[in-house]
Amino acid sequence: MHHSIEIEHLSYSYPDGHLALQDVSLSIKPGEKVALVGPNGAGKSTLILHLNGILSGEGSVCVCGLEVSPATLGRVRAMVGLIFQSPDDQLFSPTVFDDVAFGPLYQGLPPGEVAARVEEALGAVHMSAYARRVSHHLSMGEKKRIAIATVLSMKPEVLVLDEPTAGLDPRSRRSLIRLLGELPLTMLAATHDMRMVRELFPRMVILDEGRVAADGPTGVLMEDVALLEAHGLERT
Amino acid sequence: MHIHFLDPYRSGDSLIHRLDPRVKFVLALAFILTCALTPAGAWPVYVLLFATILAIEILSTLGVGYVLKRAILAFPFVLAALPIIFTTPGAVWLELGIGSWELTISLPGLVRFLSIALKSWLSVQAAIVLAASTPFPELLVAMRAVRIPRLLVAIFGLMWRYLFVLADEALRLNRARAARSGNSGQPGIKAGGDLAWRARVTGGMAGNLFLRAFERSDRIYLAMVSRGYDGEVRSLPLPAITSANWLVLLAGLVILGVLLSLSFLFGS
Repeated sequence: MHHSIEIEHLSYSYPDGHLALQDVSLSIKPGEKVALVGPNGAGKSTLILHLNGILSGEGSVCVCGLEVSPATLGRVRAMVGLIFQSPDDQLFSPTVFDDVAFGPLYQGLPPGEVAARVEEALGAVHMSAYARRVSHHLSMGEKKRIAIATVLSMKPEVLVLDEPTAGLDPRSRRSLIRLLGELPLTMLAATHDMRMVRELFPRMVILDEGRVAADGPTGVLMEDVALLEAHGLERT
Repeated sequence: MHIHFLDPYRSGDSLIHRLDPRVKFVLALAFILTCALTPAGAWPVYVLLFATILAIEILSTLGVGYVLKRAILAFPFVLAALPIIFTTPGAVWLELGIGSWELTISLPGLVRFLSIALKSWLSVQAAIVLAASTPFPELLVAMRAVRIPRLLVAIFGLMWRYLFVLADEALRLNRARAARSGNSGQPGIKAGGDLAWRARVTGGMAGNLFLRAFERSDRIYLAMVSRGYDGEVRSLPLPAITSANWLVLLAGLVILGVLLSLSFLFGS
């Protein structure tokens, strides 16, 4: 039985020399829901971009038993659904349907299956009526849901989210949290939303200055006020 | 996760870097003007102009190789001048027959083409040294100082500022596409889609980028208006130019003037 995500001794520095990740090791079991927290600039987004090989540093990253490398990129990107912080980056097609269909179409699936996958994915995020809409004109909450559908249509094993609740009003946030709770996938979410972490993610990893500062059950870490304060986090 | 490579400025502490940007700007323009006005075939003057820009490149510590490498950029544009080899009347240097076509290369045409190529190559070098040794905001100040219309300078400034934002946005769009470009792992199915489909996706992305740039410009304008912008670009007065800089400006203009006079001597 392989892990969903297995990161060993990962280090990465940006072309300008800024060291963004230092010796990060992390493994996540299938079905586990893990929150990645830490201050701005801690390296959360950088770490996430390693999970499907958009960035590659020193060390090894394995996803669903496959080592992330140029040869496995196609498979890895089909198995890891990456949802970017800004849905505007993710939704680049003229209509919602086109966007959700992009992944399956790229994979070369037959038209019937593409349509079925789009329908299923939109259904899963309760947005079936939106297929013909123009993504450009949706509300933030709607865009977030569509962004999730665009990766669900690829039937990934792992869902990786960058700041899923950022910029949402309370009602959209609430319905997004409910939606994430419904999805039976392995999940890793980088977030500042500590109340969502407590509600949705049984395990929590604190990243600070590119290192894993703590990794444990959310309930335990949340009580360690000194630890949270040391890494710029607030207890809720 | 930003794009840095667009900025041609390379920091340094050379004489050229320290020169007042207004002086640099005027001298670079004067150099380009001198190149443009030098008549065709004034080879000795081209050598002197090259020596001048070479001396400046060495003084700037940017590295002659760096400047020369970037100057290759001028060559594609030089190709636009290629037809004059064939169209200028004069003594025939070479005749080319391609099928039933007769192409004649005239000697004056060749001289003119080589002169244009050399002149653009020299001019580009001056522009490269200017852009590489002067931070862009200071260049904008210099443009204002020589009375380039303020609105135009403001547009240059905004373009520069948002070029990076736009390039970053394009980078993120590409990244989001790459993240969803997987393969199904099913045997017999090739990933990637056909060319027409990929072209349509790229077209959608380009349109998307355009819409966002358009909307952002609206938001920027609103932000400007809400801080009192009324269509008039205002700015702080510029500091005075020091006497040493005046001296450099004068010396530079005199040298270029002498070169230009020489060129008419040799050219005619």
